[in-house]
Amino acid sequence: MSTGSMRGAAAIVGVADAASPTGELEIRGRVLEAAMIRAALDDAGLGLGDVDGVCCSGIATGIAEYLGIHPRFVDGTFVGGSSFEVHVEHAAAAIAAGLCEVVVGVYASTPRQDRRLGPTVPSLGPMGPDVGAEWEAPYGPRMPMTSYALAASRHMAQYGTTSEQLARIAVDARRWAARNPRARHRDPITVDDVLASTMTVSPLHQLDCCLVTDGAGAYVLTSAERARDRPRPPVYVLGAATGLDHWVISEMPDLTVTPGAISGPAAFGHAGIGPDDVDVLMSYDSFTITALLHLEDLGFCAKGEGGAFVEDGKLGPGGALPMNTNGGGLSYSHPGQYGMFLLVEATRQLRGEGGDRQVAGAEVAVAHGCGGVLSATGTVVLGTGATV
Amino acid sequence: MTTRREPPLSDEARPFWDATRDQRFVLPWCTTCDAAIWYPRTACPRCLGDTVEWREDAGGGTVYAASVHTRPAPGRAEEDGPYVVVLVDLDAGARMMSNVVGCPPEDVEIGLRVALAWEPLSDGRHLPVFRPA
Repeated sequence: MSTGSMRGAAAIVGVADAASPTGELEIRGRVLEAAMIRAALDDAGLGLGDVDGVCCSGIATGIAEYLGIHPRFVDGTFVGGSSFEVHVEHAAAAIAAGLCEVVVGVYASTPRQDRRLGPTVPSLGPMGPDVGAEWEAPYGPRMPMTSYALAASRHMAQYGTTSEQLARIAVDARRWAARNPRARHRDPITVDDVLASTMTVSPLHQLDCCLVTDGAGAYVLTSAERARDRPRPPVYVLGAATGLDHWVISEMPDLTVTPGAISGPAAFGHAGIGPDDVDVLMSYDSFTITALLHLEDLGFCAKGEGGAFVEDGKLGPGGALPMNTNGGGLSYSHPGQYGMFLLVEATRQLRGEGGDRQVAGAEVAVAHGCGGVLSATGTVVLGTGATV
Repeated sequence: MTTRREPPLSDEARPFWDATRDQRFVLPWCTTCDAAIWYPRTACPRCLGDTVEWREDAGGGTVYAASVHTRPAPGRAEEDGPYVVVLVDLDAGARMMSNVVGCPPEDVEIGLRVALAWEPLSDGRHLPVFRPA
């Protein structure tokens, strides 16, 4: 496979996201999506008329129609929370191939408003044979939590990983969140706090689990040529790749190995760099075990050694591997498909806009999305102009 | 009888569910690969072959992963808890989700040998579960 054509050919030039310490936003649906797109385009110094590509984890044509634009490129790939990293891979390749020039990717989800006001969109109906209903639901799993609990149980049995080690990931996410005024939870927590929180699905405690909040975000991706004269420093896509291997947890071949073991090395290969070169890791943390598996599968440590790797607090502020600097899905925001926020925060770090949580001298960031139940990953390697 | 979300009956799995009415555990096997297929489907996920035959199985297995649920899932009654959700590696070479019953849920450890058991469903079918062997 050629690895030369995508590297540095496209750049993120605008981002936006919305989150609130209350966990609830004031608008929703297409209105919220349009607000995010407008804000990301403003950030990029571009207008709707420049946009010729649209990505979302649903019906991209519906958004294009709402905006009144006629894109040359759409991607409605849905692979859960990693959809947005996968979209960046596809859009960067499309830009490199000359298929389109300015792509907006958007996400909005408001479970809290929807619970209060009722859903905005009626169900689209069944999506074929329901494997989960026939072969899993009768046994009483609490999805998606049960899937991750089973993976954690297996990792603990196979490698001796402890609850204390998993808790450390939640503690470090909260240390970052303390520096983010928009984070849902900012009060410090300890390993003991995590272990003392309710455990309804063993071995995961409540503080091992991500939040449920409203949230939204958007990005603008354009060609390297057009990126150069934008108001903000371009953040280049150096590499991107996708991994898929199951949809329901009982079909996952090995509960200790995610498809990130495929997408991670492939994305690093495209970028021509390795884990040691990463300054900021934005890694999907739906649960503490999710983030631990990513560290192993992306090659930051060997398989089975994730527990010992995180113990010293290296993921937190001042640590050797700053991870999830916005506070992550564990403490910042998690509206269901969190991958959009990985891209937004990675971009802000590489622009030097991190404020109190800025990682000094950050040149390379990875946004690693994971959707479904450890089902699909999208790894995007991003770099500043100095890295191209 | 335990309250459960009862499984739908897909066309592809009809021979499996029909056999459960007599508490017989049958698995689809791909005759080309000579390997068990789970979950039941028309095409073998290894070779895409469609020569599938149903073979009766003893249902022995080993617990691969386990999670004790102290708060029951939607569809299960509060008094059903706590219960343990497991993935079982069948000796036949397939992996399925299930419950281990007949012992305290916290006693179910990964690596535990288990044997097949049945729980009745409202339409005459039975749901395969496991107990310590």
